[in-house]
Amino acid sequence: MADIHNKEIDQVSGVETTGHEWDGLKELNNPLPKWWLYLFYVTIVWAVIYWVLYPSWPLISSYTTGILGANQRAEAIAAYEEVIAGRSEFADKVVATPLEDIGKDQQLLQFALANGQAAFGDNCAPCHGGGGAGSEGYPNLQDDTWIWGGTLEDIHTSLQYGIRSDHDEARFGEMPAFGRDELLTGEEIDQVANFVASRVGLTAEEGVDLAAGQTLYADNCAACHGESLEGIQEVGAPSLMSANYLYGKSLADIKAQIDTPRNGVMPAWAGRLDPATIKSLTLYVHSFGGGI
Amino acid sequence: MSTDTETHQAGQAGQTETWFEAAKKIYPMATHGKFRRIKWGLLFLTLGIYYFLPFIRYDRGPDAPSQAVLVDMENRRAYFFFIEIWPQEVYYLTGLLIIAAVALFLMNAVAGRIWCGYLCPQTVWTDLFLWVERKVEGDRRERMALDKEPLSFGKVRKRITKHFFWLMIAWWTGGAWVLYFNDAPTLVWQLLTFQAPMVAYVWIAILTSTTYLLAGFMREQVCIYMCPWPRIQAALTDEKALNVTYLWDRGEPRGSLKQNRKLAEQGMPAGDCIDCYQCFQVCPTGVDIRKGMQLDCIQCGLCIDACDNVMTKIGKPTGLIGYDTDENIQRRIEGKEPVYEIVRPRTIIYAAVIVLVGAIMLFTLLNRDFADISVLHDRNPVFVELSDGSVRNGYTVRLSNKRLHSRSFMLHVEGMPPNTSVEAIGVDTSFAGRPILEVGPDTTREVRVLVTSPGWEKLPPSTPVTFRITESVMGEVVTAKDTFKAPDRP
Repeated sequence: MADIHNKEIDQVSGVETTGHEWDGLKELNNPLPKWWLYLFYVTIVWAVIYWVLYPSWPLISSYTTGILGANQRAEAIAAYEEVIAGRSEFADKVVATPLEDIGKDQQLLQFALANGQAAFGDNCAPCHGGGGAGSEGYPNLQDDTWIWGGTLEDIHTSLQYGIRSDHDEARFGEMPAFGRDELLTGEEIDQVANFVASRVGLTAEEGVDLAAGQTLYADNCAACHGESLEGIQEVGAPSLMSANYLYGKSLADIKAQIDTPRNGVMPAWAGRLDPATIKSLTLYVHSFGGGI
Repeated sequence: MSTDTETHQAGQAGQTETWFEAAKKIYPMATHGKFRRIKWGLLFLTLGIYYFLPFIRYDRGPDAPSQAVLVDMENRRAYFFFIEIWPQEVYYLTGLLIIAAVALFLMNAVAGRIWCGYLCPQTVWTDLFLWVERKVEGDRRERMALDKEPLSFGKVRKRITKHFFWLMIAWWTGGAWVLYFNDAPTLVWQLLTFQAPMVAYVWIAILTSTTYLLAGFMREQVCIYMCPWPRIQAALTDEKALNVTYLWDRGEPRGSLKQNRKLAEQGMPAGDCIDCYQCFQVCPTGVDIRKGMQLDCIQCGLCIDACDNVMTKIGKPTGLIGYDTDENIQRRIEGKEPVYEIVRPRTIIYAAVIVLVGAIMLFTLLNRDFADISVLHDRNPVFVELSDGSVRNGYTVRLSNKRLHSRSFMLHVEGMPPNTSVEAIGVDTSFAGRPILEVGPDTTREVRVLVTSPGWEKLPPSTPVTFRITESVMGEVVTAKDTFKAPDRP
């Protein structure tokens, strides 16, 4: 360090040096510009003001809240409620309008479809797919195979109460486990499965007694699936003549479904989503193509 | 930068040698003459347009804004008299920018930085601010004296008056800007009653401060240090462009009036320049034009006015400084007549480009569709097989009606077998199985369209289809292409 009382002046620039020297290079003492320095002081003052006004310092089990009472969670909730309030005009209208009439009001329909699309992505897409195309075990909402009906009213009911859910008004239909519960023997299952396959355009196995299968069908299956395999919507028994099978359309799939059927569950959404959203979802799902 | 340092700034040189030179304050003196009048005229014209254009009304009917020039961000429309621009048509802006750029090149090829001198906003507002400064604080000498004066009541009063008027102009500049984005009379009232949207106040604040700073304080420094155009211009100019030029062959050797007369009487060479520094003192960027063409010169021609006034006074022909070309200086030295070739390949090409781009824009503007269709194929799933084996494809179809009245369109899907059905969700009316879609005035309507082909129809995995809409009254037709996807059945 240079002697502070004996300041050295740089010959070339006329600026005093700091006394720091590295390999013969001396550092000139050019102070920071005043405006920069003052701005720096302002930021310090600003920080102190901020500590007082806003939550800032962590304490052992809490934190300083600041005198303005700023709270980001409260702000977020307020913003959320503002959005809900902003939408309430349309949402109330959706609730008040019968499902069939919503489509007559262009603006209302646009709102319902947009609202339904958003709700679908949040709640339905995990099972039914982003575009409602479903997958094995999860019904395709884009086609016209509607096990419980595809009218606006049917979709609305399924959405509200679910299928085989724990809701009291849930739609409930169950395929008996003919194999697991020993209602039919293995051979009988083969026969009835082959009979169904032969009727819906699949190739039946050779050497299987289709006539026996037909009798078995009439005795065990026709009550729900109908005499001519057309299904009965009221009990949720799907048409077997459809091109689309929920659990796969092959002889093996049919056998598996007779032996140990799978019965999927659709949750009830009443109480979890508000009525306007459920109605919006109904319209949105129906817009996939609807059905009967 | 080569301003006239030796003569005028000698007194300001510091005691110790510094490595940085502070910007020297320039005190442009008032002048009068032909170019000054042109500048005033253009100032009134350009600022008049800028400040008052938003108040011009244009009747577009009851459901559309009645402001002649309006950029409606909220509804995503831009209006320019009879032209209405939709967001997908902003490419017109590209055309305008191309024309603006080439027009700048053309101006440069004809008369150098004439844009800088007369039309650039920086020049125009600086000119206006300087006028205010002169009115309040006096001309060059008085301002220089005032700056040196110690602080006094009079000085403070003058300063406050000046800054007040500067801020008023700057504030109105920012205010006029926001008027282009909302109904002007309504917004003015909202601004006055503090009910205007926050964004309006923010933009007024931004443009007030930039105008105040750039035109009041930065002035010529914007042209010299911040603006890229002088550099680009230097690369674009040629020896045939008209530039503000000191005819040194006539002016030199310069000397005082008395001295040069004496020299002339003795038959010695004596120039017309009497070294009065008027050209330098009126220059808004502090250029001594007698040093030749330089980057700082914005070609405003005020030095021409100043010099002409002096020449008239001393009974010499005017035009010692004037718009001239590099080529002519050379020609005069060689004893040839000056030539002014404004029409030459460079200017012809620039003009041709402007005409071409303008023509393309005009053509597309006159022939653009007033309806639009865009089709988006469902991606998830790309197709659906129905219970009877039919194949259905879903599309999101968006129709735009750019007319200011409601219109209906018939939707037809071409390229599919005849028994294909087309269904638009939420649309009941149809003609021969083709949905009729009603679209409101100046709006778009999005509708989901299902195209279903029977299962017995053998379809390739992908069929190109055309969505065609036909307007019911005028028969306007717009199409969009897409594909129909089907399973690859054996």
